[in-house]
Amino acid sequence: MNSRRFFLKSSALAMAGIGAAPLWLERALYAADAPSPRKKILVALFQRGAMDGLNVVVPFGDPNYYALRPTIAIPKPNGTNDAALDLDGYFGLHPSLAPMKQIWDAKQLAIVQAVGSPDTTRSHFDAQDYMESGTPGRKATSDGWLNRALPPVQGRPSPVRAVSLGPALARTLRGRQDAVAVNNLSDFQVRDTRGASGFESMYAGSMDKVLNGTGRETFEAVKTIQAIQKTAYVPSNGAKYPNGRLGPAMQQIARLIKADVGLEVAFADMGGWDTHVNEVAQKTTQGQLANLLNEFGSALGAFYQDMGDRMADITVVTMSEFGRTAKENGNRGTDHGHANSMFVFGGEVKGGKVYGDWPGLDKDQLYEGRDLALTTDFRDVLGEVVAGQLGNKDIRKVFPEYDPKFRNLLINA
Amino acid sequence: MLIRSVLAVILSFSLAAPSLPGKTTKPKAVKEKSGDDLKLFSVKLNKDEQIRFALDRLTFGPRVGDFEAVKKVGVKKWIDLQLHPDKIKENPVLEAKLAPLDSLRMTEKEAGQNYPTQQLIAQVARGRAPLPEDPITRSAVERLVQRYKVKKTEGKEAATREEDMIEPAVSLEDLLTADDIKTLRNGKPDDRKAILAKFDEDKYEQLAIALPQGMRFGNMPFAPLPLRRMFMKATAPQQILANDLNEGKLFRASYSNRQLEELMVDFWYNHFNVYLDKGSDRLFVPTYERDAIRPYVFANFHDLLKATSESPAMLFYLDNWQSVGPPPPNARPAAKNAPKRPVRGLNENYGRELLELHTLGVDGGYTQKDIIEVARCFTGWTIREPRLGGGFWYNDKVHDKGEKVVLGVTIPAGGGKEDGEKVLDILMKHPSTAKFISRKLATRFVSDNPPAALVDRMAQTFTASSGDIRLVMKTMLESKEFWSRGAEHAKIKTPFEMVASAIRAVGAEIDFGSNLANQLQQLGQPLYRKVEPTGYSAVNAEWVNSAALLGRMNFALALAQNKVAGVTVDTARFPESTDTLVIARQLLNREVTPATRAAIALALDEQLKKNPKAKPSPALIAGLILGSPDFQRK
Repeated sequence: MNSRRFFLKSSALAMAGIGAAPLWLERALYAADAPSPRKKILVALFQRGAMDGLNVVVPFGDPNYYALRPTIAIPKPNGTNDAALDLDGYFGLHPSLAPMKQIWDAKQLAIVQAVGSPDTTRSHFDAQDYMESGTPGRKATSDGWLNRALPPVQGRPSPVRAVSLGPALARTLRGRQDAVAVNNLSDFQVRDTRGASGFESMYAGSMDKVLNGTGRETFEAVKTIQAIQKTAYVPSNGAKYPNGRLGPAMQQIARLIKADVGLEVAFADMGGWDTHVNEVAQKTTQGQLANLLNEFGSALGAFYQDMGDRMADITVVTMSEFGRTAKENGNRGTDHGHANSMFVFGGEVKGGKVYGDWPGLDKDQLYEGRDLALTTDFRDVLGEVVAGQLGNKDIRKVFPEYDPKFRNLLINA
Repeated sequence: MLIRSVLAVILSFSLAAPSLPGKTTKPKAVKEKSGDDLKLFSVKLNKDEQIRFALDRLTFGPRVGDFEAVKKVGVKKWIDLQLHPDKIKENPVLEAKLAPLDSLRMTEKEAGQNYPTQQLIAQVARGRAPLPEDPITRSAVERLVQRYKVKKTEGKEAATREEDMIEPAVSLEDLLTADDIKTLRNGKPDDRKAILAKFDEDKYEQLAIALPQGMRFGNMPFAPLPLRRMFMKATAPQQILANDLNEGKLFRASYSNRQLEELMVDFWYNHFNVYLDKGSDRLFVPTYERDAIRPYVFANFHDLLKATSESPAMLFYLDNWQSVGPPPPNARPAAKNAPKRPVRGLNENYGRELLELHTLGVDGGYTQKDIIEVARCFTGWTIREPRLGGGFWYNDKVHDKGEKVVLGVTIPAGGGKEDGEKVLDILMKHPSTAKFISRKLATRFVSDNPPAALVDRMAQTFTASSGDIRLVMKTMLESKEFWSRGAEHAKIKTPFEMVASAIRAVGAEIDFGSNLANQLQQLGQPLYRKVEPTGYSAVNAEWVNSAALLGRMNFALALAQNKVAGVTVDTARFPESTDTLVIARQLLNREVTPATRAAIALALDEQLKKNPKAKPSPALIAGLILGSPDFQRK
């Protein structure tokens, strides 16, 4: 509390020096009096393109897995670098996900198998849309589940309460509650100061409903974000974020969390998971999927390391629109399928366990004879983290017309 | 205190300002238009409004003088000309700008030879392809091959070391004085320009090869055009392909007289999206846009569909080139000691997107079974030597010869290439295609939620004319819904439209488009680089968010004050006035809203207080206008 107050006061002086409007400071000082600036945080990650869950959380104990994938299967754990990393004697992690093994071993990583959307579409666009809106099969939903998940606020909400990393505001975070898209924290400002206040009052006064709302959110967030950037960011515990899209996104989320500016939910995504061709090359640690997992695993591993004890306040949940065919296709790849796997990790997570019933990979166990069947609805997992992590117990409003069945993934659900 | 006066000024102009900072418990508008707004589609625009609307919606934005020009010919005649671009004389400025972009005029093979891709470099490294003949390309490829080999043997980090590069034949010190080298390393733009401008043309090649990569890159915006292209070539030859596409698109949007045609090229490329950076697509995209999209933008949809289905770009992007049918029953089993070759088979990717994104739409009434049957019909549609930029090839040997049933229509066993063509015929005649295409056009040109009656009429035209795109456009452009209050300003510009319209409004000269292309990446719309086959969304919600708005404001201020590298804006062209209304008339072609005017007045006031001697700058005002809510709408 003290350091935050001090920071606000000193920034107030600094801003007054360059003649910027003091209104936000008044508001920020007021907000500092609101209870508990250190929030519980939910980070949602989307793997766009449909991750091949069967090659990521490998069911090496299921003999059908190897029969269905003669050239692209991940070998059973055998201690070599090319084989799956054993989790529980039946499932194993893809070897390129080694950085996530530490989280599993610390019992903070839970994996849900055979999970996904009950909607049967195999269209990327529709399936992503349904997963982001949180209403499978219903196209008219205009807002996203993560926006609805934000609990009611007491006092004035932080302008960076809900942040979507990337040049666009993700569908998952669109909706009634303020949410900002941030591409790059250090560039989140009007660089020409002579224009900054002009634009601010222009958008504040605009009759254009859409642009007015976004403009106002933007300028409030600008001030908060600029203020935390006085010093360069150095990740803790020697964490090294990879380049690419997800690494920098995770690093910026980490920075917002550590600055204690009121972040409650964050969203980031990573594309390219549509592995129709050359999913696995000659070695399992090469090829499209291994490259993706390298980036994915090292970004999440770095985040975990960087956050250290702070993980106690954080839950990260990952999702992808659908899984891929159980059988490999003709091009060392896989086509669009059905159920998939999800990762949930953080201090509140009862980890070190694979959740969800395993439906099996026998021909008659497969959905439509080709895809992993679904035994857990993705809303069961998201509903539980919304209730447990964000403390929003009104789950029916987050996932209308659905009653999530909690899987007991969290200590505090 | 300051804020209070802001509010006072704003309120005095706009009594109904909906939400003021600090006092908000707003219900935020998620959807823009309700059912009531449908009435607005029957409120007609007056004559002058019609001209402004046509310029906003059917061009990349009005330039100074466009309004008067359209008024003179009449809006009807003007639209008729725009629908027949071959009747419009092209702008010589554009032709001159396009002339140096030689890769846009090459075949895929030539592009591969002149601007080799990473795959080709791997081929050369393995001795499977010869080195190019052109000396600059040759030296670049030699260097890249060298780096490839180092990377293979010593790992990634070693490959970035400059010392592994090949020694140039003529050293930099023999070409330039020590002082000039220093200036080119970190001197002022004008000094660099001067050195490069007087540099001996006969020694361009030597200079391009001798300059280290960092300096080559840093000096691109300051080099005369031929030298700049040599710089690009010497850095990474394949970058030229992306550069030419980007510059070509920006030049055409900014300078073409055939504006509607350019909008349509953008629309159809996006509809049949291909991602430039997927392997060989780097070689295929230039011819794809030129030969498969551009000639058909007002033609019959069937021809457009067919051209895309046979294009190496699409076949590669959606993996159909690798999709094969089952081996014939009488095929000999492979010999026991034969090298193990991967078994290839069916790939559904193209089949699915053809139905979902190109023709029927996701709710168009097809099943997973239809997707597989369509994919079977297209087996054997492949590419000859994709890495070298070979063309379309139908390979009957890998075609699935069995019977297929597509959307209830039986395609008998024993067919060949015509199986795929029959699928296109079935899709063309399907009512879902007429509706899906019409709705998509109306969403782009009329409103995010176009009135159903309009879409129906367009679909009727589509069906009656068997897919004549020009006639479908005519139906839309002659509708009352198009010329209505409901459509006026209903759309927010995409980042590409925002950037192009700003360039046009300020009459900017683009000399080097690279920075603009980077801007578009920052704004969330990198050209030719939408990874997903959906293409970019045309609806407002996609483009309104904090990061993008700040990006637009920054770009607007930089452009109007002539601070975007590679682009020149003559700031003297803005009226010598501090009256926002006067400058806005020039840039917006209409009156600026009171809130914008008030905010600009305030910003100028603030400047004056800080520095009483500072002269108010029309360029700053122009920047504020380009970044205003008013300018984001079209």
